[in-house]
Amino acid sequence: MRIHLPNSVWIGNIDQFISSFDNSNTNILEITSHKKWVSVHPVVLCMITALGLLMNKNNKEISFEKMEARSKHYFERMGLFDVLNLDSEMKVEHHEPTGRFIPIQIIKNTSMLEDFIKEMIPLLHLQPEKVEPIKYIISELVRNVFEHAESQNGAIVCAQYYKKSNTIRIGVVDSGVGIKNTLKRYYHPVSDLDAITLALTPGITGTTHKIGGTATNAGAGLFFIKSLTKISRDFFLIYSGNGAYKLLKDNKKEIKLFSDPLKDHHSKKESYPHWQGTVVGIDLCLNETLNFNKLLDLIRNVYRESRKEQNKAKYKKGKFI
Amino acid sequence: MEINIYQKVGSFAENKDIAKKIRIKEILPILDANSDIILDFKDVESATQSFIHALISDVIRKHGIEVLDKITFKNCNITVKKIIEIVIEYMQDHT
Repeated sequence: MRIHLPNSVWIGNIDQFISSFDNSNTNILEITSHKKWVSVHPVVLCMITALGLLMNKNNKEISFEKMEARSKHYFERMGLFDVLNLDSEMKVEHHEPTGRFIPIQIIKNTSMLEDFIKEMIPLLHLQPEKVEPIKYIISELVRNVFEHAESQNGAIVCAQYYKKSNTIRIGVVDSGVGIKNTLKRYYHPVSDLDAITLALTPGITGTTHKIGGTATNAGAGLFFIKSLTKISRDFFLIYSGNGAYKLLKDNKKEIKLFSDPLKDHHSKKESYPHWQGTVVGIDLCLNETLNFNKLLDLIRNVYRESRKEQNKAKYKKGKFI
Repeated sequence: MEINIYQKVGSFAENKDIAKKIRIKEILPILDANSDIILDFKDVESATQSFIHALISDVIRKHGIEVLDKITFKNCNITVKKIIEIVIEYMQDHT
């Protein structure tokens, strides 16, 4: 497998990075990088970690070309070399990371998740109301991994806060069975993209074919998270198998949520190199527009509208000729 | 009968395993005994939809929506209240 870290990868331009991922030879993971400056979204670090952990587990080789870029210390401080047991050959003075980033974490069970949520709050050094949506997103995404992904390496999480834009960028990645395989148990997605679209639709879960879910799964987690990103007018990416869906920035004055993700301003592709598992990347602008209670009102409306549609469909009408 | 949610999950109610345990070991037996129940959310700052769903959806599914006459949600802040309302509303569509 080959991954090249270009000069800059963020969710807006991540398509090129994903397309360039070469997954052909699984005996070796070769990682190269831009020589001058590398700036990547945390989701990219999570993806590399997921691949690296699989290589380590299977005693396969990781060839990480020595980084020359001036920004190379970022990768060291995010813990990439540590989690993969690689020698970065960098001498970095570790500062208290408070206020900037959450280094790469591998979360394998509920108690690790609870500890992580408690520990990450001071790391971000944000006002409590700004931390709420971040906690929410990480809890829901990581629990999705536990419940659906069957990932032996658990969930890989990291995040970076950008003070200038008041934005947090989050990555949550697993190397499990992927969304299509999860949903195949009860639905019939024809492609990875079709499975992603189903997974983003409220009421659909991989644990039952019944709309509304089971006692423990409502099938609403991803819809809530996509909606949070939408009201913060930022990016949301989900990539699994060969498919990817990206919620694009929406600058319309009034935000309207849709239960059908294809009605949102988005891009999609179903011919990406195959990713074993699921990749979620999120940008969340933490300014005033991100009002969690407002989001809940909007979500309630979506459910009401969808109920009206369902009721319409239920009632038979007389035939007139 | 009153159940203090904060004592079980802390200020961020997200652990669905605990929600399930509360539902099975406490809420359902109390309701089965035809008693009323108070779920006290004092000091719970936020909750995930998944937690609330795991806590009450199956209660509504098993006992019907009338069971809400026997359940009182106490000391909910606005966020927790809205999440509970969403779960109650969508459960009414699927019971």
